[in-house]
Amino acid sequence: MSQLRVAVVYPDLLGTYGDGGNGEILAARARWRGIETQLLQASSSDALPEAEIYCLGGGEDGPQVLAAERLIADGRLSAAVADGAVVLAVCAGFQIAGLCFPDAQGTSHEGLSLLGITTTKGRGPRAVGELAADVLEASEGGLDLPRLTGFENHGGVTTLVDGTRPLARVITGVGNGGPDRSEGAVAGRVIGTYLHGPVLARNPAMADLLLALSLGVELEPLDDSREELLRVERLSRASGREGSVPRP
Amino acid sequence: MQARRWIAIQAVGIVNATSRLIGRGSGTVVGGRAGLAIDPALLAELTSAKRVLLVSGTNGKTTTTALLAAALGELDPGLATNSTGSNMPPGHVASLVAARGASIAVLEVDEAYVEELTHATQPTALVLLNLSRDQLDRMNEVRMIAERWRRTLRSAPETMVIANADDPLVVYAAREAAVVVWVAGGLVWRNDATGCPACGSRIHFEGGGWACERCELSRPALGWWLDGQEAIGPPGSVLLSLALPGRFNEHNALMALAAAVSTGAVMERAVNSMATVHDVAGRFISRPIGGCQARLMLAKNPAGWSALVDLVADEGCPVVVSINARTADGADPSWLFDVDFTHLRGRPVVATGDRWRDLSVRLRYAEVEHVTQADPLSAVQLAASQGAGPVQVIGNYTAFRELLSSR
Repeated sequence: MSQLRVAVVYPDLLGTYGDGGNGEILAARARWRGIETQLLQASSSDALPEAEIYCLGGGEDGPQVLAAERLIADGRLSAAVADGAVVLAVCAGFQIAGLCFPDAQGTSHEGLSLLGITTTKGRGPRAVGELAADVLEASEGGLDLPRLTGFENHGGVTTLVDGTRPLARVITGVGNGGPDRSEGAVAGRVIGTYLHGPVLARNPAMADLLLALSLGVELEPLDDSREELLRVERLSRASGREGSVPRP
Repeated sequence: MQARRWIAIQAVGIVNATSRLIGRGSGTVVGGRAGLAIDPALLAELTSAKRVLLVSGTNGKTTTTALLAAALGELDPGLATNSTGSNMPPGHVASLVAARGASIAVLEVDEAYVEELTHATQPTALVLLNLSRDQLDRMNEVRMIAERWRRTLRSAPETMVIANADDPLVVYAAREAAVVVWVAGGLVWRNDATGCPACGSRIHFEGGGWACERCELSRPALGWWLDGQEAIGPPGSVLLSLALPGRFNEHNALMALAAAVSTGAVMERAVNSMATVHDVAGRFISRPIGGCQARLMLAKNPAGWSALVDLVADEGCPVVVSINARTADGADPSWLFDVDFTHLRGRPVVATGDRWRDLSVRLRYAEVEHVTQADPLSAVQLAASQGAGPVQVIGNYTAFRELLSSR
């Protein structure tokens, strides 16, 4: 058996923005360190396979509702999280990891309740553009990662409930969309974010954090000079985006 | 009404000529816009005495339009067509005004404008190629487009639809039409078609066919298909001998051939005419770039990229990949992770364009050895120095345009 199994959850439903990249990046970074790794594409027509890390991606409104229904009916993701599995949920995947989320008409649907968040349909225009956010520091109970950079494209407004911690605070962009300027959410080994698509491409430290959480070991560093060039350029560009007005 | 139309048509010509004269581009769009401002019904009036064929889809529409225009050349040598890729109403108006004596118009139409063009021009035939994600940060939701096509066809009983039977989204829309010619038009990219557009269940692909696991949606019985390079349809079979490269262009040619023959063209002559199409608005053209022999290709979305990456991987020549993310490209290149670049392993590869850093990280995870060079012309020269044969250059929209206009 492999030391590490990374499952891309429902790429047929949740795979709108190159989200499969996150699974690919995690698997590659583990493999490059000599860790035997299996990358699983978990189709929505099959039972969810066992894995140590699950990646949920973005999706259009219809498939998003279907994905949530199937994951709840399947039950394995919640069970795996209870057993210590790591989850990275982006965009639509982030929303369905919460308590409830809206469809295209604004009707609320039940989520997986892995994160204490609720999402409603925003009244303003979609949040589209570069997003930069500072991760909460360890002293605040945060993950202590370098500044996050990514792209957001969503119409939801997400509220943290029950003392749920945000992943980060927005520097430029919209993020969760509330007055607290929060972005994403963290609960145990479940991380959710509006940084959509292959967020780990721009944030390799986050990829390594997920791997370390799962493997329980310190990882030797990789040569991330290509990523560093990309990060510097993107973060300098993000500072040019107008800080959008939150839309409660 | 007559006077207004006359003024509008004069305006299109004058504005376009002026635009060309003062060097502000080819002027197709700006003149059309002026004409439509004076007479919003201009599109309907300009096409009222013509047989109109519309071509739409995410990928291949410019090429298929060029092939179809060539195939129908024998019926009307002076036919109207928007060969520059200006595929919204101002571009349509400009090309119709430029060929006012034409009896046939072959128009490429942006996916989002199929409804407007169908209602305005009452087309004889509508060619629907495929639907997949394209610049999602600007035009989201592929399925919404399929729904709009569906609604359009329900209200256009006079229009014959030439539809790609290999794409479930196209079939879902086209089966509403009164008359459909089903063509095995190919589908390189299935990722946007795995959810059934009718019931949300899963589409199961097997061999060339497909079917929904729950409802009755499935690949219809074919009227036209390819056997190798042989096109087979109701009149018989004929060998395609295209100058354009790639399997996807053979599929485009089959769609064009089915449309041409269904409109009255003779199959053999149509195929001969299509064989004379060498480049399409600069695409696929072999030309010197930065002093090096190169072939320039355009890919705008994951489906297009997958087809071209496969094509250049087969050739073995050095490869330049150029990525921008300007307004016309969509600001978010996340889709790079939807493209399987692993086929480029072992080739000399140079990453360039405004977003060479994003591309470089993508190629790292695909484990494709490459070098980076921010300037596209220097990138072509660098690639030429690294291997034999013409440099295969693939760019997305603005990256391609920039290289096309370079010397």
